[in-house]
Amino acid sequence: MNRKWLPLLLTVPALALILFLLIYPVGDTLAESFLPLDQGWQRYVAFFSEPYNRTVILRTIKIATITTVLSLIFGFIAALFITRCPAKYRTPLLILSVFPLLTGAVVRAFAWMIILGRKGLLNNLLLNLGIVDQPVPMLFTSFSLVTGLVYLFTPLAILSLVGVLDGIEKDVLDASSSLGANPLGVFTQVILPLAVPGLIVGGVLIFTGSLAAFATARLLGGDRQAIMPTQLYEKAMVSFDWNTAGIIATVMVLVTLVAILAMGKLARRFNPATGG
Amino acid sequence: MGRKVHPLLGISAGLVFLFLIAPLVLVLGAAFNDATYLAFPPQSLSLRWFERVLSLQNFMDAFLVSLTVAISATALALLVGIPTSYAIVKHRGSFPSWFSSVFFLPLLVPEIVFGFSLLKTVIVALELPVMTALIAGHTILVLPYAVRVLGASLSNFDFSAEEAAVSLGMHPLKTVLAVVLPNIKAGILAAFILAFITSLNDVSVSLFLTGPGVSTLQVEVLTYVEQYFDPSVAAVSVLLMAITLVVMVVLERSFGLSNVVK
Repeated sequence: MNRKWLPLLLTVPALALILFLLIYPVGDTLAESFLPLDQGWQRYVAFFSEPYNRTVILRTIKIATITTVLSLIFGFIAALFITRCPAKYRTPLLILSVFPLLTGAVVRAFAWMIILGRKGLLNNLLLNLGIVDQPVPMLFTSFSLVTGLVYLFTPLAILSLVGVLDGIEKDVLDASSSLGANPLGVFTQVILPLAVPGLIVGGVLIFTGSLAAFATARLLGGDRQAIMPTQLYEKAMVSFDWNTAGIIATVMVLVTLVAILAMGKLARRFNPATGG
Repeated sequence: MGRKVHPLLGISAGLVFLFLIAPLVLVLGAAFNDATYLAFPPQSLSLRWFERVLSLQNFMDAFLVSLTVAISATALALLVGIPTSYAIVKHRGSFPSWFSSVFFLPLLVPEIVFGFSLLKTVIVALELPVMTALIAGHTILVLPYAVRVLGASLSNFDFSAEEAAVSLGMHPLKTVLAVVLPNIKAGILAAFILAFITSLNDVSVSLFLTGPGVSTLQVEVLTYVEQYFDPSVAAVSVLLMAITLVVMVVLERSFGLSNVVK
């Protein structure tokens, strides 16, 4: 009996932590947003009939989608370069890609405030070159928000793609070239399809990450580009409207789950192993 | 692969790397700049922003809180994570296939939802101290990273070495300490670094878990940036980057990070 139960017993401390500190509190937040059922329903109806709330949800999804696509494109370019350059540059380039991950989201958003601010570097440059007469407002726009998010997530995209692109055997590429495929053909018909699993894994991480990127949204999007995490914070800590905060929390969890399930389904369809 | 690189790929990859590094270089420049506004390149170098940061009491207090929380949460996560990874890697067959994903649940919940929920249950309902809530929250936050890295490290461990020691009469617990743990030293180190950095950089969970005199450095910096936009934040950023690097180098020196890369 001792032998049979030992493995489970070893996992009990971690399980207990997850249960009491994660599942219970978060479950409580989600359940509370629906309860009691009649009032919960009314709260949801009231929440969704407010145009501003719908705008924030749609904006969050839109921004996360654009961020995911751009980060994957940037990551793909960098990862492809890393796998193709001479071996001695590989490690330095990987370190270069990962280095931003060592700093927090606040620092990385701050860096873009220096660049995009009213008196920022970009505005200085544009003024000095005489391209504009007065500073262009760039901060607290969807542009600054997306830029900051893409900056946050491109390292993650590189990391999830380097492994996949590395796995594409040179023979396959040589074969397709020698069979007459031009570089564009090799790219669209061989490299891209084989990279799909990495694109999906990276895509899930980036999409769910941008849905919840509070610090970046707060510093680069501000109130004007409020997204779900910033709105949740406002409701919970500024206006102390915990009912609405609970609804936003529930919607965030649902959108995250749907994204993960949808990407998982996509992954199974495109998995070369199952021949889909 | 070492194939010929198309010039177009080279140029666009160069731009991506520039995009990744230039903003951090700007922060570095702003931190050492003498001017009161953020300008690049620096007009004249000075350490005044570092002096200012070190003289700001709330930054220093918050830094101590961050350090305490990061070390405690990392230690706790390793303490419960090592037996967990050991069990799920060694006795893979005795758990249902979904079992290990339970430990990755913290990655599925948006951090801000988790932070808000902890505020409601741990601080408001249970009335536990803010520090306890912070350590608890960060332990959950870093647990998936610890379990993943430890699990990967244990997958490479040959458990027959452990069985050999036990069959030669060594006590099972002593075997774990003397045979298993030394062999996954590199994994433990990697898990420590990853968990420590994750905790130190967290904003969304800590945001809700602040109280009188207790707040983490990232939250303080965020609040500061919103109020005063001056180069002292750049100096804090540089200090944070430096601390992360120092942690990595110190751990490397004492345990050998090169083992992790291998």
